[in-house]
Amino acid sequence: MIARAALGLVLLSLGACAANLAPWERGNLARPDMAFEPYPVEAAFREHIWFSREGASGGYAVGGGGCGCN
Amino acid sequence: MRFHHVIWIPLFALASLSIGQAAEVGERAPSCQAKGLDGSGPVDLANRTGKVVYIDFWASWCGPCAESFPFLDQLHTELKSKGFEVLGVNLDEDAADAQAFLRKRPVGFTLVGDPDGRCPRVYGVQAMPSSYLVDRQGVIRQVHRGFKAGDKKAIRDQILLLLGGSARTAP
Repeated sequence: MIARAALGLVLLSLGACAANLAPWERGNLARPDMAFEPYPVEAAFREHIWFSREGASGGYAVGGGGCGCN
Repeated sequence: MRFHHVIWIPLFALASLSIGQAAEVGERAPSCQAKGLDGSGPVDLANRTGKVVYIDFWASWCGPCAESFPFLDQLHTELKSKGFEVLGVNLDEDAADAQAFLRKRPVGFTLVGDPDGRCPRVYGVQAMPSSYLVDRQGVIRQVHRGFKAGDKKAIRDQILLLLGGSARTAP
């Protein structure tokens, strides 16, 4: 019984994930404070420090082959 | 897992899809009523036969829309005497956002508001901004999704073509 209830809850929450937002309903998502990275310049700077000191690229913002030359 | 559990999965998937019919090139512009942004009576997006109409779906939060507005206003001013009209359909949920946008970018063309999003659903808008260029017979001749500065010439040429002038005379 608990397993069924849990399954139901999981499916319900997945249904919410699939809510279809029309292109004209994205006003709130377009707000600056909704940005994934609100300070792009500072983020790029931090990423640069990160990959040059750690010898590793961040996995989302910086490209490069790992040669340490960029 | 029993069948009556499994059946919920496609049901949730279906619920996430919107069922709508898009307005395509070559079809008649669908009829849809929207009230004027200034509170004036309803305007039908399709009922403007005899004019070349550029129906533009926009919102205040949309960057490319802001970029397109001076260009659209210029087209409107320049070509309205030849039977061209721009019809801006605002899709902001809050009309105050639209008014703030227009204070910064005043335009002379007709503006209507559709906060419930009925018209974009009828037209099958897939991007912001989306524009539908309708010829004098009321048939959609061009659908434009998004707006970039580089699109201006193609839009202008198409409008001039539909107005009956030569596209080559465009400055």
